[in-house]
Amino acid sequence: MLDLLTGFVAELRAAGIPVSLTEHLDAAETLRHVPMEDREAIKYTLGASLVKSSTHWRAYETAFEIYFSLRGPDYRIEEDGAEGEGHRGDDGEDVSIPGQGSRRGQGQGRGSGGGQEGMTPEELAELLYKALLGANSAIVAAVARQAVSRYAGMEAGRPVGGTYYLYRTLRNLDLDRVLEQLVDQARAATSSLNADTPPGDGAPPATLTPLEERLLRDEYQSRIDQLRQEIENEIRRRLVADRGSEALAKSLRKPLPEDIDMMHATRDELVALRKSLQPLSRKLAVRLARKRRHGRKGALDFRSTVRHSLSTGGVPVDPKFRYPRPSKPEIVVIADISGSVASFARFTLHLVHAISSQFSKVRSFVFIDGIDEVSRFFDGADDPSEAVHRINTEADVIWVDGHSDYGHAFTVFWERWGEEITPRTSVLLLGDARNNYHASQAWVVKELRARARHVYWLNPEPRAYWNSGDSIVGEYAVHCDDVVEVRTLRQLERFVGELA
Amino acid sequence: MSGVVGPDRAARAAEEITTGFPVAGAPRFDSIGEVRTGLAGVDYLADEGISGVVFLADRLAKPVLVEGPAGTGKTELAKSVARLTGSRLIRLQCYEGLDESKALYEWNYKKQLLRIQADSGQSWQQLEEDIFSEEFLLTRPLLEAIKSTEPVVLLIDEVDRVELETEALLLEILSEYQVSIPELGTVRASQIPLVFLTSNNTRELSEALKRRCLYLHIDYPKLDRERAIIETRVPGIGQALADQVARIVRSIRTLDLKKSPSVSETLDWARTLVVLGVQSIDAEQAKDTLHILLKYQSDIDRAAKELAGVESPD
Repeated sequence: MLDLLTGFVAELRAAGIPVSLTEHLDAAETLRHVPMEDREAIKYTLGASLVKSSTHWRAYETAFEIYFSLRGPDYRIEEDGAEGEGHRGDDGEDVSIPGQGSRRGQGQGRGSGGGQEGMTPEELAELLYKALLGANSAIVAAVARQAVSRYAGMEAGRPVGGTYYLYRTLRNLDLDRVLEQLVDQARAATSSLNADTPPGDGAPPATLTPLEERLLRDEYQSRIDQLRQEIENEIRRRLVADRGSEALAKSLRKPLPEDIDMMHATRDELVALRKSLQPLSRKLAVRLARKRRHGRKGALDFRSTVRHSLSTGGVPVDPKFRYPRPSKPEIVVIADISGSVASFARFTLHLVHAISSQFSKVRSFVFIDGIDEVSRFFDGADDPSEAVHRINTEADVIWVDGHSDYGHAFTVFWERWGEEITPRTSVLLLGDARNNYHASQAWVVKELRARARHVYWLNPEPRAYWNSGDSIVGEYAVHCDDVVEVRTLRQLERFVGELA
Repeated sequence: MSGVVGPDRAARAAEEITTGFPVAGAPRFDSIGEVRTGLAGVDYLADEGISGVVFLADRLAKPVLVEGPAGTGKTELAKSVARLTGSRLIRLQCYEGLDESKALYEWNYKKQLLRIQADSGQSWQQLEEDIFSEEFLLTRPLLEAIKSTEPVVLLIDEVDRVELETEALLLEILSEYQVSIPELGTVRASQIPLVFLTSNNTRELSEALKRRCLYLHIDYPKLDRERAIIETRVPGIGQALADQVARIVRSIRTLDLKKSPSVSETLDWARTLVVLGVQSIDAEQAKDTLHILLKYQSDIDRAAKELAGVESPD
């Protein structure tokens, strides 16, 4: 068990979760107190000593599922599944053996129906409905097993992370359509006052009001999410059985939210990013405000000290100091929002505006080949994400063909707003400088540099790709104070923190 | 469940030196299940994670750092554990500018001054020993929790509000359960208190603090648990209504809001509905009472629109 724990801790560290030696010791100590057979309890209690941040929990959970997937009486089925897997691997065929394990599992009375070897797609679909209507976790698990066996087409020994299998399974199940059907069915059922309404939905009146429909939809959605989770677990279990925990952990390792590459984030990752953006901006604002308040002590303010000493008979009891009041910088953000770097620009705009109280003024401009000011979207809105949404739909950024043209955008900026750059302004230029071989017009950046306090370029591409292909960041870089690689939230946070 | 019996301190200290871990007193709980049913008995519905960590905190004699969104019952957990174990709850509310004299101890200067003035015949040596004795020590929450002989639950609330430097004050007490007072020596705990620290995550806590604690993240509860919470905490609520409330709140939480409704706001809302005599919520009533659940006008507008069945733009 200790070996397993050590391997597990090593994996957590490799995934980026900092686990100190004391925490490792605590975890080992934990195992002495918590009964081995209670898998859930082990998961939470180990987590309590190993994971110290809620954003790391997902990564922890994944690693836990991999390393501890074969233990516990409830999980016998997987071991059986593992035999099946191994057997199949020997045969070298990729025909799935649907649920030797699951049938045995049902023999133990878990779930009803299904699990038959020759189940047709129709039967499976029916079982799926039943599972979703009845929210019975045993049936859901059975369905997940069946679906994976039937659709995933898993091949033994292939070094993949399972995303592909998941995709295949889900595509075949077509859960979105199922959701619609369920809602339709419920609607029909209630309108005809059929007794066939799904259990657990309370007493439905004659017709579904929009409110009820929404609640129902959410209910089904959560059940479908549960199913999806179950399918994911199932695939993972089989992969573990096939290739062993360590190899799998490596290919399943996902970056922590703050380390996700913004340019290549998947949809789920973008959601995770957006979620962690808000607490991050709040933290940043608090930290910056504190920094400003607790500045270093200033020099003695002689005049004020003497003035106050009058009340103590001319004895300067209470010396007064002149505290430094660092001025808040003015920020001008000029962001490329063309497809390749759009999400990066959005996150940066969001973050900068979320902490706009830390700057005396924030103005933002977006461009593709035309340029438009978007500060107005942020002014009224108290929710930056809404403003960001409006930028995508309303900003006028297309001039000719909708391909990035930094040169043209900068020239127009200089003509229309160049005057407004003052020595108090810090200019942030956002983009990958992939200019589609247009003229760079780098002189604008040079002029900006001459007039502004600082000019920074934030590039969401890895440094190794700079100046390759049509990237001309080098031409602009010579005129900037600094060119920073900002690919992850962590890097973005660090940059903005230093800026303010 | 039973209170802690004061164990033999010397023996414990010896064992502590050999193992490097603070040694827990007699265990308060036998199993994780017992924690869970016990907490349910005092109207706190814990889930697997919460009960597991509380159990472990007792066994390992480690403090628990509880994080999570506002209003999910972090402070309530400490209170409930205190009620469950029949311990005294000592609470230290953290704020910016909290210092040693407010958290740990302070010398009672006025009393010391009086003592000095009262008899001036004594030698300095004697006097010095005298005025730096326990009699002149004002205990503050942390020291009080350590000195107490009865079982104690120590709650350090909103620890993220103190400055990074002040956190260091807590380190000694959290890992060794002792307080060093230069003039007096070290005060060791006669019983190991259960310690809960809560944080709203407005800043990253220091590694040193996190390392000494078990970490518990309390998130918004799942549907079933929230429904159960509503039913236990709101007297006179019907099952159907509780169910509906829990579902609507879940729906609202899936929206992209500035501030999702917390459990305590959910409870307020449920109470309001009970007072208003509502049996089953329709969209109109939901809209009229949403301001109890949500605290930003933009959020209220958005949720009202969603609940009325209008599709959102995205």
